[in-house]
Amino acid sequence: MALKFPIFMDAQSTTPCDQRVVDAMLPYFTEKFGHPASRNHPFGWEAEGAIDAARQRIARLIGARDPKELVFTSGGTEAINLALKGAAEMYREKGNHIVTTAIEQRAGLDTCKRLERQGFEVTYVPVGSNGLVDVEDVHKAITDKTILISVMFANNEIGTLQDIAALGKLAREKGVIFHTDATQAVGKVPVNVEAMAIDLLSCTAHLMYGPKGVGALYVRRKGPRVRLQPMIDGGGHERGMRSGTLPVPLIVGFGRAAEICEEVMPEESVRLAKLRDRLQDLILSSVDEAFLNGDPERRLPQNLNISFAYVEGESVLMGLNKETALSSGSACTSATLEPSYVIAALGASTELAHSSIRFSLHRFNTEEEVEFVAKRTIEVIKRLRDMSPLYELAKEGVDLKSIRWKAE
Amino acid sequence: MAYSDKVVDHYNNPRNVGSFTKDTPGVGTGLVGAPECGDVMKLQIKVNLDTGVIEDAKFKTFGCGSAIASSSLATEWLKGRTIDEAAKIKNTDIVSELKLPPVKIHCSVLAEDAIKAALTDYKDKYASRLAGAGAAAASS
Ligand SMILES: Cc1ncc(COP(=O)(O)O)c(C=O)c1O
Repeated sequence: MALKFPIFMDAQSTTPCDQRVVDAMLPYFTEKFGHPASRNHPFGWEAEGAIDAARQRIARLIGARDPKELVFTSGGTEAINLALKGAAEMYREKGNHIVTTAIEQRAGLDTCKRLERQGFEVTYVPVGSNGLVDVEDVHKAITDKTILISVMFANNEIGTLQDIAALGKLAREKGVIFHTDATQAVGKVPVNVEAMAIDLLSCTAHLMYGPKGVGALYVRRKGPRVRLQPMIDGGGHERGMRSGTLPVPLIVGFGRAAEICEEVMPEESVRLAKLRDRLQDLILSSVDEAFLNGDPERRLPQNLNISFAYVEGESVLMGLNKETALSSGSACTSATLEPSYVIAALGASTELAHSSIRFSLHRFNTEEEVEFVAKRTIEVIKRLRDMSPLYELAKEGVDLKSIRWKAE
Repeated sequence: MAYSDKVVDHYNNPRNVGSFTKDTPGVGTGLVGAPECGDVMKLQIKVNLDTGVIEDAKFKTFGCGSAIASSSLATEWLKGRTIDEAAKIKNTDIVSELKLPPVKIHCSVLAEDAIKAALTDYKDKYASRLAGAGAAAASS
């Protein structure tokens, strides 16, 4: 099969909508346009029925007992904001301490930063060099003031999968609410809010082949019943936790995406892991001083993150971007002009954070694409190393740490 | 962010990549930036010791496409200039030639620093000779 360019291997930023998802959504823009809260005519009933069906599909995918435990939001960011701010405000009387990790996505970290300004105390548990949080560290961080533990399920850069079941068990034993940002995990790996004792779970449709602009927060209703202070006031939709007319077409798409993910996950996760392993082997076997970031075993099947010493990430992307879409933890590719705090949190040198490249595969990638991307990546790294003063110094046997760099 | 055509051109066809061997006469080397900041430039000039004209220049850069382009352009501009003329190259000239956006201005600053460092290194190494030449000129 002929390759089609550009090749998309940046599927942890977003995924293409599955055509079946789009097909499911379309009628809800035109003939089935009703408001799901219109209780007195068939347009409303039809929309409400569609929402209920979507809710059931998503609930099934994450093992929720009751579809009503899902609160639709505008995406992962809003779900995380609602979980953290909503719980913090609701349980403020009980305590003011939150435990989270150093590698949460910005929605989690920045929400915690805001809560700190409002008088909450937050412990950012570090991760090991493989990106894993030690459950014991979380245990030790809990105090009698702790009201919430928030640990991401799968990291967006390095794909590392945390031991969510152990963390859920710990939180349950301690009587602390447990939230997980499962934005990258839902639809990719098995997630079960019951088996894993999850109280709050954030997810988003656009990372599971659904549309952008819709996500959900799972809010446990029983054992324990979790209550949240809403952030958006209005008509009292979504059990009062998130007012606003539901975006019916988006939710229908989300539901269909969840249904497809559930159906294909066993096959797809194996296939993508194989493609990913092939990509990894091709690259690591022909490039020296290339370091795998994150845990080699406990990671998302479609994730591969490598730091290529002596070359800067953006320059790698620039060499590939006509043919291949990837992403980098380099400062030059981030909005904040800081290199990846996730790679830095692994204890690697800051330099290696600048050199990290994330390959993330998706449902529609092929073996030919993987071979092509590996070949081109190897070429670009070689070319950039030939023009890297650091590579030259290292090859001459100079210890780069012995040089007194004049950092600005 | 899209890159300007000139940045893309320098990235794809960098001018004067490489290094002079240690014992090449008349070479001044500047090594600026820091790996943890994501930018390191090594810029070398090879000066004709009789005329003070830069005959050749080479660079190697660890950094983003704009950093590579800034140093590549600097080597192009350095060739054929006297060391005094070379000292007049400003980062703002690089910014306007490459149409660098505000977030990339530091790349041009680093290139200017690299030029200055190479000139200083050259002057340090050949100071006695330059002083000698000056003295000879004064006495004639
Ligand atoms: C781990 C993680 N959390 C949260 C989000 C934010 O989700 P959304 O883009 O739907 O707001 C993302 C988005 O990529 C993510 O990767």
